[in-house]
Amino acid sequence: MRENLINSSYLISAILFIVGLKMMNSPKTARAGNFYSAFGMLIAICATLLDKGIIDYKLIILGLLIGSGIGAFLAITVKMTQMPQIVGLLNGYGGLASALVASAEYARLYPHLSLYDTATIVITLFIGAITFSGSVTAYGKLEGIISGQPITYPFQKTLNLFQFIAIVGGGIYLLMHPENITWFIVIGIISLILGILLVIPIGGADMPVIICLLNSYSGMAGCASGFILSNYCLIITGALVGASGIILTQIMCKAMNRSMINVMFGAFGKVDKSTLEKAKAVTVQAYTPEDAIVVLESASLVIIVPGYGLAVAQAQNNVRELADLLEKKGAEVKYAIHPVAGRMPGHMNILLAEANVPYEKLYEMDAINSEFERADVALVIGANDVTNPAAKNNSKSPIYGMPILEVEKAKTVIFMKRSMAPGFAGIENELFLLPKTMMLFGDAKDTVVKLVNLLK
Amino acid sequence: MTFGEFLITIYIFVLAVLEGFEIISKVPPTLHTPLMSGSNAISGITVVGALIACGNNNHFTSIIGCIAVALAMINVVGGYAVTDRMLKMFRKK
Repeated sequence: MRENLINSSYLISAILFIVGLKMMNSPKTARAGNFYSAFGMLIAICATLLDKGIIDYKLIILGLLIGSGIGAFLAITVKMTQMPQIVGLLNGYGGLASALVASAEYARLYPHLSLYDTATIVITLFIGAITFSGSVTAYGKLEGIISGQPITYPFQKTLNLFQFIAIVGGGIYLLMHPENITWFIVIGIISLILGILLVIPIGGADMPVIICLLNSYSGMAGCASGFILSNYCLIITGALVGASGIILTQIMCKAMNRSMINVMFGAFGKVDKSTLEKAKAVTVQAYTPEDAIVVLESASLVIIVPGYGLAVAQAQNNVRELADLLEKKGAEVKYAIHPVAGRMPGHMNILLAEANVPYEKLYEMDAINSEFERADVALVIGANDVTNPAAKNNSKSPIYGMPILEVEKAKTVIFMKRSMAPGFAGIENELFLLPKTMMLFGDAKDTVVKLVNLLK
Repeated sequence: MTFGEFLITIYIFVLAVLEGFEIISKVPPTLHTPLMSGSNAISGITVVGALIACGNNNHFTSIIGCIAVALAMINVVGGYAVTDRMLKMFRKK
């Protein structure tokens, strides 16, 4: 009886999760969808508390309170610009939780583990541990605690391959000797190390892919723990999240015209010294905000291209103010959003939403590219690689083949850039040298504020 | 677990994966960040496993379970709250 009640509740939870995710397909229904999904989670938790296996509630209440408190604190205090690292970090906690569930099951069943138990436990431990250490590493990179540049060393891939072989070999050994605790711990530790080593060679510009992939892993870890416990709710939900992460990873890879293998092992974004030196040899003319205003004031269509630099400078509200002033003067303002602008999919959209920019003004790459021809000004704020024509015409460029926003077609291109250093991917942009390009150096926020004051 | 039971589990798994692909590919890029943090919160479902481990009368597993519950709840509460914070901001003209 009790069992039936629990399982029916799980079914309702699973339906709520699916409906909730489905409602994410429009900004109008997304918030309600998130609420449905949260309600589904509440039902799942309450139903589980009825489980016959649960005898003592003291530690459960302690865990629930501590976790909820920390989670709420993180959610309230995080800045919109930090969203990629927070999503990464939360993924990591989910992964570690799954790995711990696997460890607890191992300890509970020890030493009477069936082949099925051991196999599912080891797989969960492996995915969960990789998710955790990989996510924490990604968090460190995005927060700037670890260098955002790709970190490479000799025999990197060979070393990773050896670790992977060690995990598989250890797993097979454990299947035959499930009572060997040492190997269980060794597999956990190697998985943790492998998670770190897989993420450190990944450059900042590739972070959106890795965040999506870790998102997928956290789902798969939950799914795997469902296999341990033969719990359908965990399996369905974990599989949903795993699949969603994979889809997003594919979308991101396609937006960069690169394969997942290439992102994972390419150490993309390593600064090429030869192009750097070449870039130093040519002088780029710097313009002042006053020069830019002359162009902006007479423009009838301005397309704003935001990038990670906008997030770093926290200039989203100032940009909206600038757009409002331009609209007051009769110009039309649109925003062009490249799929991989920022450090996670949709990063720019949430920043501009925070600044009250209506989402109808944000255009995807395919929708806006035909409009650059008509635009008087393309205003590029803290973006570089996503506008770089080298992606189209320089087959030697590391970003060759990546679809770009065709800002070079606009009558004037205004670039706001912190300095002449290459972008996060470490690639120089030939647009900087075009006569129709105006370079405004300095912090994006300061520059936009200056423009706003001049327009007033 | 019998082979028949295992097969049912695999059925459910495969259908859920296909369903996931189907739903997610319809989400517009504008909502990709909230989608990620929202699905991230859902992946905290592992809390179900953690609760069962924690409520056990074995001292060792219940302590590991308690830590797992706390970690999963950070994921759940943090994920849903941050998603709601973002979605609240999306508005029309």
